[in-house]
Amino acid sequence: MIFQIYFWLLLLCCFLCIYRIGTGPTPPDRAVAIDIVGTVVVGISALYTVVSGNDFYINVAISWALLSFIGTVALSKFLEGKRFDE
Amino acid sequence: MSYTLGIIIIGIGILFDIGGCIGLIRMPDVYNRLQSATKCVTMGTCCILLGIFIIEGINPSGLKALLAMIFVGLTSPTGAHSLARASYRYGVKLWKKSVGDEYSEICRQPEHPEWEQD
Amino acid sequence: MIIKRLIVFTALFVIWLMCTWPFSPFDLQSFIAGLLAAGIVLMIFPSTPRGINSSKLSQPKRYIWAVVYVPVLVWHMIKANLDVLYRVVHPDLPIKPGIVKIKTSLNNPIARAILCNSITLTPGTLAIDIRGEDIYVHWIYIRKRSVKSHTEEIGGRFESILKKVFE
Repeated sequence: MIFQIYFWLLLLCCFLCIYRIGTGPTPPDRAVAIDIVGTVVVGISALYTVVSGNDFYINVAISWALLSFIGTVALSKFLEGKRFDE
Repeated sequence: MSYTLGIIIIGIGILFDIGGCIGLIRMPDVYNRLQSATKCVTMGTCCILLGIFIIEGINPSGLKALLAMIFVGLTSPTGAHSLARASYRYGVKLWKKSVGDEYSEICRQPEHPEWEQD
Repeated sequence: MIIKRLIVFTALFVIWLMCTWPFSPFDLQSFIAGLLAAGIVLMIFPSTPRGINSSKLSQPKRYIWAVVYVPVLVWHMIKANLDVLYRVVHPDLPIKPGIVKIKTSLNNPIARAILCNSITLTPGTLAIDIRGEDIYVHWIYIRKRSVKSHTEEIGGRFESILKKVFE
């Protein structure tokens, strides 16, 4: 029961971020919101480990954290106008 | 007992998460949004993972939660730092009521790597 | 050089073992795949972390200060979060933002990276760029206007401990 409330609250966080992705006035705003969504999803996926009793989802959390970081750095390099190898 | 403690810590983490996302909506420009969202969401996710470690105890998924906590704590501030610099270089202005900007004249100068390779 | 690469290799392999934790004792495939993956990563990225040498690694005093650093950081993180919650929920949005410059006296690259990450996680500050010995910090509520007081207030709380750990 308490976990259902937690999941709804985290889903609310995701929708707030999606609102910012939709209405952000500049491209960096959208990039920030995408970064934050990635970190929130790590929390959701880790919480699902406890609810389902399945160890698989914590691996999803670890790899999502690392891949979200790489995506953020790539987006910021793109916004900065550099190539990806400097 | 540890179950209840874990539930409470996860609740605190979700409170911080919601605060960070409200900051993402309410703050006026990119840098303030980045500040509130990064600090609160990093701490909130670390609290959620710590609560999962307390609930699970010392077994594979609990220790993996600790590993994910270290990864989130290392990567999230680095990503925020890189996004802040990128948005300054992209040309996003500071908020109109800002107090001072000491970075504007140094931003256009080229960087000099001063660390020698060993 | 060899010792540094061996340290990086061991760290990568330990992370692999933690990610594939529930292994049966005779599961050789996972071990061999981990060894291969760590070797390939070292071949692709051959540069080892700068600023660590083996004489520093063998002093136990540095590890004790590194353990002391964690509760200090956690305490400042909790204060930062309560500060942000107050500013976000307050109806008038009490912010007075701007970018200030602070000085750092650290030379070690890893110590500088950790200092910038800690500045990002502490109340109201966000490190933007680092040039030479200046760090440019976005601050959400500026009170005074001098480089020295900003340095005291933002970087001073971590710099003394980091100097004991890394230099």
